[in-house]
Amino acid sequence: MRTLLLLLSFFAATATAGESQIFLKDRPGKNQVVAQCAMCHSLDYIILHTPILDRTGWEKTVAKMINSMGASINDADKQIIIDYLAQNYGK
Amino acid sequence: MVDRRHFIKKSAGSLAALGGLVLLQRSGLAAAIGTEELTTLDALPGKEALIKQTYRPPNYETPINYFDAPFTPNKRFFVRYHNAVIPEVKIDEWRLRIGGDAVRTPLELSLEQLRKDFKQVEIAALCLCSGNRRGLFQPPVPGVQWGSGAMGNALWRGVRLKDVLAGAGIDKSALEVSLDGADSGVHKTTPDFVKSLPLAKALDENTLIAFEMNGEPLPHWNGYPARLIIPGWTATYWIKHLIAINVLSKPFDGFWMKTAYRIPKDRFPSGQFSSQETEAAMPITEIVVNSLITNLADGQTLPNAKSIEINGIAWDGGNGIARVDVSTNGGSNWHQATLKQDYGRFSWRQWHWVFEPKHPGTYRIMARATSHSGTSQPLEPIPNPSGYHHNAVQKITIQLV
Ligand code: HEC
Repeated sequence: MRTLLLLLSFFAATATAGESQIFLKDRPGKNQVVAQCAMCHSLDYIILHTPILDRTGWEKTVAKMINSMGASINDADKQIIIDYLAQNYGK
Repeated sequence: MVDRRHFIKKSAGSLAALGGLVLLQRSGLAAAIGTEELTTLDALPGKEALIKQTYRPPNYETPINYFDAPFTPNKRFFVRYHNAVIPEVKIDEWRLRIGGDAVRTPLELSLEQLRKDFKQVEIAALCLCSGNRRGLFQPPVPGVQWGSGAMGNALWRGVRLKDVLAGAGIDKSALEVSLDGADSGVHKTTPDFVKSLPLAKALDENTLIAFEMNGEPLPHWNGYPARLIIPGWTATYWIKHLIAINVLSKPFDGFWMKTAYRIPKDRFPSGQFSSQETEAAMPITEIVVNSLITNLADGQTLPNAKSIEINGIAWDGGNGIARVDVSTNGGSNWHQATLKQDYGRFSWRQWHWVFEPKHPGTYRIMARATSHSGTSQPLEPIPNPSGYHHNAVQKITIQLV
């Protein structure tokens, strides 16, 4: 949670109080997800897609974040993140 | 973990704060998870409670009971952003720059100059997110899972884009006009939200740079100090916190034109934007004919009565609404509704019909709008990869007891 709080104070201008109420499941990989996926937007974007994206869907989404949205995530973290999302927020 | 009870209490509190009946539409998403708790009401600074989709960037939709009126209150008007850096514009520093390779004399205007140097006009127009009702598509598609509330009708006051462009002088090589707002991505690598219009649409007499909404300055979250108004086209082009307009001799090739906001060509009528078309796809442009019941919610139970008022709104991309038909038996019989005051062809049109039930029971209510072009709503939404243009006839079930 530390990383997220840091990020949130960094983006204080746009982050609302509600955002600090979003908690992802405490499983392996969460730290990587919070560090890489809360930079540009709140983590409710992830929760919102739970009934929609399966593993392939999350692979595509993470690839879209890297290729189109400009996220820079190394291959090791990318795999950890996809596994975490597919297992905890997959259709 | 988030304290669930606290969360529910908080939502219930803000629900009560809304006053009166709140129609929280079950989105496809809520239905899929089998919970209603996903609906979070939250108020952005300066706004009143709306249905939160995402906090940052803020994506908030209007509860549909606020649509039971000709115009949507500014404080309840939906909010949609793609990128999370949203500066609060300081009016003394704000300038609108007109440039590009197909402009004769680049211009720089203050808000004062924009208000004083050009003729002001006011127009009633529907601002409708391309992805409104995306959450109702089955199978679901990725993107913000909007219910029916990513839209609003307002009176917009501003100046014509064509007058401002004439001030700068347009070269004959001009093909498109690009529009940029003050908001941007958190990373430099994220595509800035920039859109373009075909020259003809930029020069349309109804295309405005607006600084007022329903008689007040634009709220921060709706584009202060100035935004584009493109009546009849979806809100993706209605750039907020407008800072740059460029007249271009070549098609603009940013991500939000070339990759996002596109629809397959074979399913929807012509897009009027040939410079951005490929063989298979084109940018989304004109709003399609649609309607919404605004005073009843799916699954609602009401005391049986001699007469039950059914209210709603209907709209299209600028032909105007010719008729709305209502069914109370799942589409077997249809009755023509009465259209209320006409605020112009780009405004939504309110309608109503009085249902006289013979007995208590379960009723399947449907509404179907037809525009002056003769087009009416399909029974099923037209599938497309990004979930745009959901305009299927709405079907709701009510119980009279
Ligand atoms: C460099 C910025 C950036 C980073 C980092 C980033 N995203 Fe995004 N993401 C975006 C933007 C911009 C959008 C579009 C938002 C909108 O239109 O509302 C988006 C949208 C989404 C969506 C909505 C669905 C879609 O396809 O548009 C999901 C889900 C998502 N991001 C998940 C993630 C995950 C998971 C990560 C971490 C691996 C991540 N994002 C990291 C910028 C980023």
